Parts: sequence; C-alpha cells; structure tokens
Amino acid sequence: MLGLIGKKLGQTRVYDAKGTAVPVTVVHAGPNIVVQKKTVDSDGYAAVQLGFGPQKDHRISKPLAGHLAKAKAPSLRKLLEFRDFPLNVNPGDKVSVTVFAEGDYVDAIGVTKGRGFEGVVKRHGFRGGDITHGAKGWHRRSGAIGQRLFPGTVMRGMRMPGHMGQVRRTTQNLQVVKVLEEDQLLLIKGAIPGANGDYVVIRAAKKRKKAEAKK
Amino acid sequence: MKALEELRQAQRKPAEKVPQFGIGDTVRVHFRIVEGEKERVQVFEGVVIGRKGSEGPDARFTVRRVAFGEGVERVFPLHSPRIEKVEVTREGSARRAKLYYLRERSGKAARVKARERSTSTKGA
Repeated sequence: MLGLIGKKLGQTRVYDAKGTAVPVTVVHAGPNIVVQKKTVDSDGYAAVQLGFGPQKDHRISKPLAGHLAKAKAPSLRKLLEFRDFPLNVNPGDKVSVTVFAEGDYVDAIGVTKGRGFEGVVKRHGFRGGDITHGAKGWHRRSGAIGQRLFPGTVMRGMRMPGHMGQVRRTTQNLQVVKVLEEDQLLLIKGAIPGANGDYVVIRAAKKRKKAEAKK
Repeated sequence: MKALEELRQAQRKPAEKVPQFGIGDTVRVHFRIVEGEKERVQVFEGVVIGRKGSEGPDARFTVRRVAFGEGVERVFPLHSPRIEKVEVTREGSARRAKLYYLRERSGKAARVKARERSTSTKGA
C-alpha cells in the first residue's frame, strides 16, 4: 500500500482552474526516508519502513540509533511500516510527495483531537432536554437507559458519557488537489483527523482503484 | 507553518489587480459564471455595504441591491479569479464601516450620500 507519513499544517482554501474556491488541508509529507525493507524471505511478509520528521539526536535511544544507522538515516521522529509498498525502494532512499499526483484519491489517518470526558449531547448527539418551558435541571441528560425488571440490565453498547476523541481515525477517499514538490506539500481536499501539527498518514485510497481516480 | 502562510498569501491577487472601492460606493461587479460548458460574465450592481477580512487572502465584500422590490445581497471574495473587474459607478460617503441599516430602509431613505469628488483619491 502506497503511503507517506506527514504533518498536518492546517487548512486553507485555494482557487482551482475554474476559479472555484476549494477547501484544502495542507500536509507536509516529505521527504520520507526508507529505514528498513522487509521481504517475504527474511520476515515473512513484504513491507517498507518509512521515517519522517526531524528529531534531536539525544532523544534517540541507542538501539534506535543503531537501527537508523543501518539505513544511514538521520534522527527521525516517526517510523511506520507500509505493507506491500508498490515502489522499489531501498534503505536510505527518499520518498517524495510526488508519489501522489493531482486527482489521486487518498485516505488520511490521524489521531482526532481529544475532547476529554464528554456528555451524551456532545459525544453522541443526543437531543437533551428543553432549555425553557419550565425545565429545571434536565437539559443535557440522556434519559432512560433501560426497561424494567425484564431485562433488568443495561444493554451492551448503550451510548453514555465518557472519553471522547484522541482515537485513531481514517478519513477515506479524499482527493489530492495539488502536489507541491518544492515544499513537499500535499493539498488534500476537505478535512483530515487531528490537530494542526499532528502526524498523519496519507495512503492511497483503499476502496478506490487508481485508474478510477484518473477519470 | 511558514509554508502554509505563504500558500495562503499566494491566493491573493497581485496588488494592482485588487479592485479598489470603498464602503458606500455603488459598484458593478463583473463576475464570471460557468454554465455547463459555457462561461459568461454576469454583472451585479449595487451598494457595497460592508467589507470583511481587510485586504487579506480571505477578504470579502457584500453588495446589496434592490431587485424587483426585493433586497438582494451577494458576498464576493475579493481575490476570487472569477471577479473580472469591479467598476465604481458612484462614490458614496459613509460614516460607518457596515451599512446594515440600509436593510431596514426602502426607497428614498435607502440612499447613500454621494462623496465630494474633488478631494477623493479613490478607495482609501
């Protein structure tokens, strides 16, 4: 699966050729450095380990430093494996954002913004109660969570308050609006999970063939 | 982060192409619209009742006109490539930045005083 590690810079909008304003997320996604190559013979499956993001040398543990030295790679912040990478690359190679082209469809994987402990209105979109009309202290509650003596228990999976956000999420089938090789930026249409400055994975769309994307 | 800001600024029109007009001016906005395959220029004439976003990349302005007895307002992005040009047909003198009070008025009361031409250096 073709993919890159990147850093979400933020959102803006650009004008396309027709003059329409397109909302885009700007991702700094390169160059990624190939750190390790796994093959069926040696590891049982084929994969490529990519690294991205500058890191201070003293923050790298000695075992990791040795691992990076094998690929003659600099200190990196993020290391991730991509199985069945379609390009023939070797450790030490750089992978540029140009592996994606304008019009391609990609999936964006990131960790959503953490919201902390949230109630049912925000977390699950419950309606809550009336604000006025004599309502008193019953504004953002969930209501009943069960029936009577039968079944006598709260059903599994009942939506309740709890921790919201800060989970890995994938947004599928986003279109690449522009690839800026010079700055190693990808402009991806729409929003992607995570806060600005977070690390995200941009990979070729899983549920769309590349040929289909080109039409 | 610098790259993002540069990208934002790059969406602006070159300074000489940015339309110059002030609040209260009556303008003709030449706006290109795409209908299927064809493209044509539509003119929207009215009074500029407000501007937002300063001169920045996201700047926009609101034009109000009364068409067939019904008030119509359109918001245009200042830097949109679809805006061919903005002609100022009449300069108005406004004492506030947003002329929202025009919405509640009609007929003669909904006029903006013309500006003295002599001293004006346009736009400002």
